[in-house]
Amino acid sequence: MNDQSPLLSVRDLKVWFDVKPQGAMPWTAADKLKAVDGVDFDLMPGETLGIVGESGCGKSTLARAIMRMVPSEAGTVLWLGNDLLTLSKRDMRVHRKEMQMIFQDPLASLNPRMTIGQIVSEPLKTHHPNLSPSEVKERVREVLDRVGILPNMINRYPHEFSGGQCQRIGIARALIVKPQLIICDEPVSALDVSIQAQVINLLMEIQEEMGLSLIFIAHDLSVVKHISTRVMVLYLGNVVEISEAAQLYRAPGHPYTQALISAVPIPDPKAHENKEVLILDADLPSPLDPPSGCVFRTRCPHAIAECAQSKPPLTERGNGQQVACFVL
Amino acid sequence: MTDKLAQPFQQAKTAEMAQGMLEQEVQGRSLWADARARFLSNKAAMVSVVALALIVLFSLFGQSLSQFDNETIDWDILGNVKEAGRPSIENGHFFGFDENGRDLYNRVVQGSRISLAVGIVGAVIAVLVGTLYGATAGFIGGRVDSIMMRLVDIFMSIPYMFVLILLLVVAGRSITMIFVGIGLTAWLDMSRIVRGQTLSIKNREFVEAAIAIGVPTWRIILRHIVPNLLGVVVVYATLLVPTMILTESFISFLGLGVQEPLTSWGALISEGVKSMNYGTLWHLGFPLFFFVVTIFCFFFIGDGLRDALDPKDR
Repeated sequence: MNDQSPLLSVRDLKVWFDVKPQGAMPWTAADKLKAVDGVDFDLMPGETLGIVGESGCGKSTLARAIMRMVPSEAGTVLWLGNDLLTLSKRDMRVHRKEMQMIFQDPLASLNPRMTIGQIVSEPLKTHHPNLSPSEVKERVREVLDRVGILPNMINRYPHEFSGGQCQRIGIARALIVKPQLIICDEPVSALDVSIQAQVINLLMEIQEEMGLSLIFIAHDLSVVKHISTRVMVLYLGNVVEISEAAQLYRAPGHPYTQALISAVPIPDPKAHENKEVLILDADLPSPLDPPSGCVFRTRCPHAIAECAQSKPPLTERGNGQQVACFVL
Repeated sequence: MTDKLAQPFQQAKTAEMAQGMLEQEVQGRSLWADARARFLSNKAAMVSVVALALIVLFSLFGQSLSQFDNETIDWDILGNVKEAGRPSIENGHFFGFDENGRDLYNRVVQGSRISLAVGIVGAVIAVLVGTLYGATAGFIGGRVDSIMMRLVDIFMSIPYMFVLILLLVVAGRSITMIFVGIGLTAWLDMSRIVRGQTLSIKNREFVEAAIAIGVPTWRIILRHIVPNLLGVVVVYATLLVPTMILTESFISFLGLGVQEPLTSWGALISEGVKSMNYGTLWHLGFPLFFFVVTIFCFFFIGDGLRDALDPKDR
């Protein structure tokens, strides 16, 4: 796999938000909320990268920073050799059709005042304004048919569909411009389990057909295991581990990943009872004031003095596993 | 027996119908269609719509019902309006004569036309300018938003009645100046309301989706933001029309607004109040009736629209 050049290559990406302390004067400096703090990864063509982590660890912010929907503090996002973060707005618009996004809440991500046909055709009309209306309609019907929505529904409105159907429409909207990358921001967490499986299988089929790359954000570890080639674990805006999916679930390297994996329930009550769950002490530290050195050290059972000194770099552990930890 | 024979035939027909249904495009029910259905079932609002339609028709075509016009002075009546100028169906002066011996019916028609025009033009200016201004400020945000909204604050902090009166005194009392003056101030409130709505809409996922797609900013505002806040805008606009009419009436009541020979409801009411002591109550009654009914109609329609467009309240 390493002989190919990566489709997307993110280096040292930082996204900081300004947060004014409560009751602050206009001239006091804002605190920096480090939502994403130095993330590196490569994405190969045709690959699925799963991103997991608990709420507030920067998963969605990372996705939005790659799409340049939130401003980044530092770092580079190389997309086919171009740094997206330094492109002008106009040049960025050209690249937007190569990467599309699917959102968490299927109904909320569709404009309630527009018909399905208008919604799905919008990317096409934006990026190919010269297409004739009949060509647009043809493409819309084609892509709706592909995701399993009857094409004669194009005059219906989003509130007339179920959650699963809305998510399919969201997928159709992403597919219509034939992108190379789709970023899925928790696309199934708002859906029923049976619908989740349908949507994920649809995504996997389409990925195979079109040779897409996916970035798949989720907090459901079993879903991520099912769909991903590699998995990246985020903690407080930092990457703690990137690993081949199977390897990560078989032998998690980082203490945080170990705790996460041990918390996945087993769908068998007897086996689940005997399972050992690693409970982490304390709460997630505030991203406004993260711990020095390794951000996980305050909750880590193996922490040593060195952990407070400097941030552990991601190091290769073999089997395609990179872990950011001094101890293990 | 016949039923059994008919069955295969029916099955074929059903299959054919199903095929037809698959090919035919299904028409969706938009949120607007839902709101329309709710509005049509609101009795008070529907009665108001009919009443308002009648008043508009009256202001447009009322003159053709009468054989008189609004300018001719009947010199026989002048000086004896109280006795000879009463409203009467027989002599064709339905609303009687005004203080100057003119036919009041035609004066009211003329006044309705101007009052309604002021109200509607004012509301239209408010909707167009206020919506685009507020949506732009809210969507772009940051420093642009601050500057645009502080500008609105500054305009609002100037007492507008004072500005309006000053404008009418300096630039001369004319109907155009009233339009200008009301148009200048009417959009301020609207832009604030729209900006507030925009702030809540712009964080919805479908706007994020549009940004991710790469839709240009102005198209996001026009296609995604504005249609979703139009409900609030429509409601506020219907409530704005009577406010405009009231403002114009107040200005005219003060004697600064519409000038003779033009007239408006406010001006007619003002004259009616002046001559009240002489016992000619119809001078006050007829314009007041149209004025009050119109204002009520707009309020009921506004209420009905609010109920229809805001499904959260049900």
